Amino acid sequence: MPIRAALAGKRFFVTGATGFLGTALVERILRTVPDAQVVVLVRPGRRASAAERASREILRNDCFDRLRGELADRFEAEITNRLTAVSGDVSRDGLGLDDEGRSLLASCDVVVHCAATVSFDAPLDQAVEINLLGPARVAQALAAARDDVARADVRRAEGVHMIAVSTAYVAGTHQGEAKEELLSESRFSLEVDWTAEVEAARRRRQDLEAESRRPAVLGTFAKGAREELGAAGDHLLAARAERLRDEWIKDRLVEAGTARAQSLGWPDAYPFTKALGERALIETASVPLTIVRPSIIESSLAEPVPGWIRGFRMAEPIIISFARGLLREFPGVPEGVVDVIPVDMVVAAILAVAAGPVPDEPSVYHVASGVANPLRYGRLVELIQDWFGRHPLYDDRGQPISLPDWSFPGRGRVQRQLQRATRAMDAAERLLTLLPVRGRQASLSASLEERNTLAKRALGYVELYGAYTETEARYRVDRLLGLWSTLEDADKDDFCFDPRVIDWDHYVHGIHLPSIVSHARVRTSPARSAVETRPARARRAILAPERHLAAFDLEHTLIASNVVDSYAWLASRHLPASKRPKLVAELMAQGPSLLALDRRDRGDFLRSFYRRYEGAPVAQLETDAWELFFGQLLPRSFPAGLARVRAHRRLGHRTLLITGALDFVIAPLRPLFDDIVCARMAQADGRFTGRLDELPPIGEARAQLLSDYAGAHGLSLAESVAYADSASDLAMLEAVGFPVAVNPESRLAAIARRRGWHVEHWEKAAGGAARLLPVGPLDVRQHATAPLREPV
Amino acid sequence: MTPRPGFVLEVDRSTPPILFWHGERFVLERLPEGSRVIYAPEPLSALDDPSAAIRHALRNPLGDRAPLPALLRPGMRLTICFDDVSLPLPPMQAPDVRQLVIEEVLDMAASAGVDDVVLIAALALHRRMTEAELRHALGDRIYEAFAPHGLLTQHDAEDPDNLVHLGTTDKGEDVEINKRAATSDLLVYVNINLVAMDGGHKSVATGLASYQSLRHHHNPRTMVHSRSFMDAPSSELHTSNWRMGRLIADSGVKIFQIETTLNTDTFPSQFGFLQRREWEWSLRDRATYMATAAALDRTPPRVARQVFHSIRAPHALVSVQAGEVEAVHAVTTANVWRQQGVEVRGQTDILTMGLPYISPYNVNSIMNPILVACLGLGYFFNLYRGMPLVREGGVVILHHPTPWEFHPGHHPSYIDFFEDVLSDTTDPVEIAKTYEESYATDPWYVHLYRTGHAYHGVHPFYMWYWCAHALDHLGRVIVVGGDPAAVRRMGFSPATSLDDALEMASDVVGRSPSLTHIHTPPLLLADVR
Repeated sequence: MPIRAALAGKRFFVTGATGFLGTALVERILRTVPDAQVVVLVRPGRRASAAERASREILRNDCFDRLRGELADRFEAEITNRLTAVSGDVSRDGLGLDDEGRSLLASCDVVVHCAATVSFDAPLDQAVEINLLGPARVAQALAAARDDVARADVRRAEGVHMIAVSTAYVAGTHQGEAKEELLSESRFSLEVDWTAEVEAARRRRQDLEAESRRPAVLGTFAKGAREELGAAGDHLLAARAERLRDEWIKDRLVEAGTARAQSLGWPDAYPFTKALGERALIETASVPLTIVRPSIIESSLAEPVPGWIRGFRMAEPIIISFARGLLREFPGVPEGVVDVIPVDMVVAAILAVAAGPVPDEPSVYHVASGVANPLRYGRLVELIQDWFGRHPLYDDRGQPISLPDWSFPGRGRVQRQLQRATRAMDAAERLLTLLPVRGRQASLSASLEERNTLAKRALGYVELYGAYTETEARYRVDRLLGLWSTLEDADKDDFCFDPRVIDWDHYVHGIHLPSIVSHARVRTSPARSAVETRPARARRAILAPERHLAAFDLEHTLIASNVVDSYAWLASRHLPASKRPKLVAELMAQGPSLLALDRRDRGDFLRSFYRRYEGAPVAQLETDAWELFFGQLLPRSFPAGLARVRAHRRLGHRTLLITGALDFVIAPLRPLFDDIVCARMAQADGRFTGRLDELPPIGEARAQLLSDYAGAHGLSLAESVAYADSASDLAMLEAVGFPVAVNPESRLAAIARRRGWHVEHWEKAAGGAARLLPVGPLDVRQHATAPLREPV
Repeated sequence: MTPRPGFVLEVDRSTPPILFWHGERFVLERLPEGSRVIYAPEPLSALDDPSAAIRHALRNPLGDRAPLPALLRPGMRLTICFDDVSLPLPPMQAPDVRQLVIEEVLDMAASAGVDDVVLIAALALHRRMTEAELRHALGDRIYEAFAPHGLLTQHDAEDPDNLVHLGTTDKGEDVEINKRAATSDLLVYVNINLVAMDGGHKSVATGLASYQSLRHHHNPRTMVHSRSFMDAPSSELHTSNWRMGRLIADSGVKIFQIETTLNTDTFPSQFGFLQRREWEWSLRDRATYMATAAALDRTPPRVARQVFHSIRAPHALVSVQAGEVEAVHAVTTANVWRQQGVEVRGQTDILTMGLPYISPYNVNSIMNPILVACLGLGYFFNLYRGMPLVREGGVVILHHPTPWEFHPGHHPSYIDFFEDVLSDTTDPVEIAKTYEESYATDPWYVHLYRTGHAYHGVHPFYMWYWCAHALDHLGRVIVVGGDPAAVRRMGFSPATSLDDALEMASDVVGRSPSLTHIHTPPLLLADVR
């Protein structure tokens, strides 16, 4: 019977529908099988329900463009009618289904299990839960649901058929031929007790959780967070340290997975857990079962459109890294076979299996090209080099990137090369973070960091995927071709899964490379694009009339000065020339310890530093502060920054200055802002006490302050902009929808780069800031007295 | 020895290279044969006893005014206004002529028993003077006597409480000036008439006015019709000021105008070569020139700037006249011409000028690119009577480094003007229409003008309007040695050498143009016939 007819009106249950294969499968069913229903199992997100996720992550994918075009107005109605999302999770027993979900599952005729964690570097316990236990859970939930429904006597599909998608690599990558047979029948397969592996993985997670909480280990996370963020505030540091702890556990679980997989002969945790998953499934399933094992799935050959791909998968990042000149070499054997299969062929094979008779015994199909139509690694590299030779990518300056010659070195050599490079970059990066640089130099170190990340990723590819370019196993497709030969001619046109029809040269040049280049965010032409640059776009968003509030930090954001400079200026203002060197010497001697204290805790620093104002006459300082502003601060200001404040005001945004500087010092700035939050010093008898009235508005206090301020004025922080220069302002930047890093110091530069925050480089007016030392001008008359304590 | 009059040299094979100012440096340029170089008259002799001359002027007023002592009486309100730091250039060696004049006025006031006296610096929209600058202009004695009691003030064109609207002229011009000055029984104005543009009714009508009042003559239309603004009868700027001045007089404000002229002894003796004609340089001149030029080449521009701005000119008083504004100013103008006038026959295709480190608006500050344009195309271009030195469609070549530098405290709105306005358009009319108001009313600029030492937000516009006549008249402006980005931003062409500039000019004026060079210092006024 033709596939369409066999499947018409059937109800499919699909897991992993938000993935690459799952999306293609759902689309194909809805587009080609008349009246078929699809139920998708979707894990609800933190904010989105299963239905919302299905609509956003499945239907809005460009995979559905063709169907949307064909159905036009009827698309919404048709989809609502035929596609149902149920909430559930393959990593939970019973799939986490509610009653309705269970009865829907029971009513399905075909269950296709695509859900898997396909990343080759998943933590072991996650891979175990999803890849190893997932298939068995689906089978068990299906059986249980059908039993329930049988008792309740509602619609239950006759002869249900479960199709589990596995991977060809469960057979390992070692030499020899892998047949389409159960692992238990294979000569090469080791007997492994999967329940013991599940136990071990879960225990490993618990051990690591405990280990990560040892004080010494916790200390390293705290230290790491501080190195990265500086004095960003306790809360943010804690949050970052906790993330570092999670990552630490994850890294160790990844290592554990790879080690265990390799000890049993698989290259990594993915095929290892998938293989044990097959065993678990066979041992526990009580429903009719077919296992489909694709090899490396890549962009589609024809359906829904040639070159359709979702997400960046295994080969794509490697190819792009190569084209960008980041990956100079990739290990592999030129004669080795890279077993690639277009996604639409896998989908077609699954549908052909589903359309066939329900099997009595579990059966296996490979969907692979390596035997019937092998693509040699050497040929693939030639094709890639040739294509990028003609369609080069371009660097930031618009120069074409030239491609390295690939010499097919051994994996060890490449790894060593890359490790050396990343170690050198690590060292340079550490050095740069220690230097007190800001602005463009800091951005330089951030770009070094980016290159470092890319190099590390390249190293990761080599470590992870090296095995797959050295694969010598050949995955036979006799049963697949047998199935193919039973198809009617019309089906052969519509549901093609015969790997022999692929013309690799055309596939690589005409379909795959153009598709991944258009998906990768890379420059494919030398011209600077006519569209607005990213900074221009960001600036337009920041200065959109609908923004609510613009909050500014002061020091190094609007003015290249700090509290020490201001103090030195005020303290020296009425000091006779003879006593000035002493003051300067004193401050310079204290410089390093002041800097260290500032880095450790800005609040402590300000409190202790401001003690120096003890006993100073208020009136005198208030007068001098104006002179300080015009003589010292304004010449060191960033005109573009001051213009930005006014631009916000003109647009009707509220403007707020948040600074740890003292109120009398910044009094001349008052007219620039709607409001100012700053430090205030207590007074007694017309003199300053040297003690602050309240905590200075710094670090995390700023986030709270911003949110209180926004609340009090009915403003939304999501619609607000914040400008700051240092990682210690991170809380303030994170609190708003439009953070801007101004002349960022290296830590903030790195953070801004990672998070895609807008960066402004504002400069002092050339010609300003004549004075090297922040000391006040000499009194015209020499009989004034210094208002601040003279140096002792 | 009698000072020699001005002189126009025709360059021939024996002419030595000619000295050009180049910001904080000098260069010697060999001009093409047949070029003309205009030299100013030599400095006139100083008055022997300036104080006696001042007293004489105060007691023997010109026009319809009684002698000053007769105008003073106990219980009266007396306000003495004086020109600000923009005059003279460079600042003169102490004692400043303002100090000398005001001391005499105060002596007479004291003798007459006047005790309500206020001093006001007539800033218009210029920056406020610093304590040191006020002390220099007035002397420590006057400063100490008035400043601590709040009796030495600076005109604040943005203080609504201290402005008074005196009326509207028949051309619809608002006249709004300083209230204390306008409501005093006598307003004594102390002027330094460095160039022919200064003084007369412009002293009060501009120096003590508000933006509302100034905008009627400080605009592109007026400036294009001031030909030149150094020649009051042909200057729309002055016609407007004269209308306002007469309205001020008619509304009962009694002004006793004291105008002074200085000789053009501009630089101290170690820079003597600057003021001499090159072929007359002595061995000593040559040696000091070479030593100075070599030293400046090795000096960072910032340091060189400080050195130059510390120069005090040996200017000496050559005339002082007092009394009714118009009568006084007629004599003053004649005295300015006596010192600066040079007769020049016919126009030229190319006018060259070396621009110094200083203009009226960057005393103790930075000569930013807008001020370079203003000094060259505003001031130097307009140093004519009759017709412009350069023909319509001709070329002006400026010699100045034109660094992209601004003093953030003195010229904050210039920075934004250069960044945002000139990047959009350089057309004065378009600029006035689109941008002037927002700069003039920007509260931040107003704040900096009133409380700091910043020029008013609208001031860079005025500098650009000052160039309007030249921009309208010229075919091209080339800046030799200027920062290319800054020069292009203003719509001019940068050239690396004078030869390159002449080559570029040939596109506009052909292969064999006539060339005239204004040799400064000292300042001169060309009477072009």
